[in-house]
Amino acid sequence: MTDLPQGPTAHARGAPDSGVPASGVPGSDVLVSARGLEVHFPVRSGSALRRTTGLLRAVDGVDLDIHRGETLGLVGESGCGKSTLGNALLRLVEPTGGTVTFDGTDVTGLGRRGLRDLRRRAGMVFQDPFASLDPRRTVRQTVSEPLEVHGLRSGRQERSARVAELLELVGLDPAVADRYPHEFSGGQRQRVGIARALAGEPDFLVCDEAIASLDVSVQAQVLNLLRRLQRQLGLTLLFISHDLSAVRHVSDRIAVMYLGRVVEVGPAAAVGSEPEMPYTQALLSAVPVPHPALERARQRIVLGGDVPSPANVPSGCRFRTRCPYVFEPCPDVDPALQPVGAPGQLAACHLHGVVGRPVQREDAVAAE
Amino acid sequence: MTGAPLPEPAASPTATDAGVPSTARPPRPRWRQTLGLLARNPTAAVAATVLLLIVLMAVFDESLAPSGPNEIAVEDRLQPPSPAHPFGTDDLGRDILSRVVLGAAVSLRVGFLAVAFALVVGALIGLLAGYYGRWVDDVLMRFMDVLFAFPAVLLAIAVLAVRGPGAGNTALAIGIVYIPVFARVTRASVLGVREEVYVRASRSVGASDFRLLTRHVLPNAAPPIIVQTSISLAFAVLAEAALSFLGLGTQPPNPSWGLMLAEGRGFIDLAWWLAFFPGMAIFLTVLCFNLLGDGLRDVLDPRQRTLMAGSGR
Repeated sequence: MTDLPQGPTAHARGAPDSGVPASGVPGSDVLVSARGLEVHFPVRSGSALRRTTGLLRAVDGVDLDIHRGETLGLVGESGCGKSTLGNALLRLVEPTGGTVTFDGTDVTGLGRRGLRDLRRRAGMVFQDPFASLDPRRTVRQTVSEPLEVHGLRSGRQERSARVAELLELVGLDPAVADRYPHEFSGGQRQRVGIARALAGEPDFLVCDEAIASLDVSVQAQVLNLLRRLQRQLGLTLLFISHDLSAVRHVSDRIAVMYLGRVVEVGPAAAVGSEPEMPYTQALLSAVPVPHPALERARQRIVLGGDVPSPANVPSGCRFRTRCPYVFEPCPDVDPALQPVGAPGQLAACHLHGVVGRPVQREDAVAAE
Repeated sequence: MTGAPLPEPAASPTATDAGVPSTARPPRPRWRQTLGLLARNPTAAVAATVLLLIVLMAVFDESLAPSGPNEIAVEDRLQPPSPAHPFGTDDLGRDILSRVVLGAAVSLRVGFLAVAFALVVGALIGLLAGYYGRWVDDVLMRFMDVLFAFPAVLLAIAVLAVRGPGAGNTALAIGIVYIPVFARVTRASVLGVREEVYVRASRSVGASDFRLLTRHVLPNAAPPIIVQTSISLAFAVLAEAALSFLGLGTQPPNPSWGLMLAEGRGFIDLAWWLAFFPGMAIFLTVLCFNLLGDGLRDVLDPRQRTLMAGSGR
């Protein structure tokens, strides 16, 4: 807290910052990389004139590297922008700023063809398995859609064989291929969704709250299925969830998001048990412990107030309005991620030294 | 600490999750399911049957009609209904039953053509406006608003005045009048469907806009459009009758229900059957299209469908 490492020191240790050139060259350790990624939605009022009256900063300057073959857990409260981030990485939502690199290619500038190729190499599993399958299409039609779109298997016969293979892979009986989604349970539907996401043999899978709307008993099954698939197929997984226990269970590394920004990232063991950022500490203290004595001893850090609106982000550190340790640099310097605690652990907090971009006067006024 | 290890179910899928769905019956195509449900709705079933009979009558008109529709027999003029002429004869001694039977072909042909035209053009406009939104939506829907602002009959008269009367032009005129209705119904339905997660899911695996529109958006947006089609057929038959009544639709001596109604008007005190039977034909057809439309609305509503089929999720 006393010695203040300056910007360059942090850079030398490889802390991601907007100024650092994007990593993620082909063959390197990093598969997906975001630099200064922004997704801002205009807030419009009045239907006739459609004047833009504000900016909703769903994702606001995210720096994140996802390593090949790892499972990165992304946690945060609802509305913190984690789903938008996942969607922006696959360009299912258009980023308004920053870059996303996939296997060395900047995907923000991709044309029609490049985008289609990205969609084959990166899949998505959605939250609600009741909404994510077209009710009018059979399981076979749904799962073989990627095969048709990308011309991966020619002919009905070969596609059918591949669909059977995929259904088996996710633990479903291939005989159910001609059934409609409403004939399945939630867990089964989610398996169909996973089979569809895997049809194009992707390298990268975004699981956007993939277990949140399932029954608890089924959650474990789907979670274990994802783990098995990840190992079996060498997938890189971005596991988005608000369920910290589930994330700790599956992740190699964990990233914590607050109000559109990644505020802490690091090895699951470090972030999951000894977080350095006050927000992560509060988040972690809310997780129940499956042991009566330990559970009774658990100290909860209760945060005051609500999450500020992403349309009106506080100046400097965005967590300062609820942080129990707030001190004088917090409103004036926007903290950058800096190395803290365990190797590979980064946190955006001035308690570990004031690093970051000083707040410009205009910003301060705008945030009022 | 990575959480307690959880049982690995993949090797032995449990019955509750990964097995075969309990209902082990062969899947039924959706349209057959729809027909089955419709058959269980008595009103709609009766309406559909009557409509089928009317259509069959229109198709086989020549062989069904007792005599030629334009056969004049002045000595038999204004005969009341009798075994020889069940619906009576008109002021030129023409058999009204024959004219009603042949009029079905004229009226229905105009109705179907008009609705088909309005459906294709209107649904396409609504689909594009609803799916692409923004300026596409603004331009197309403002144009539809302008079209919609004209009084329907006035617009149809204007079209017929420019292109001249005749069955084809009558269908075109009525079709143009109904384009905005289909555009609006389609757009509203598409607006809801395009936000569905399964549309985003298909996009996430690389499906093109064309594929999304034709395989996902349109089929799921279809039910209200189908209902609108059924109801519009009723209105189109009425509109044809109205235009023929005004002398702009079907031209004499050809029979059309609207035209027969107009011709019978002058004899309403003397011979009620001249106007009554074509009027009843219009009434019955319109009623059946409306009832069928209501029935379809119920059957195609996914929630109702689940309740009626008794196979909730």
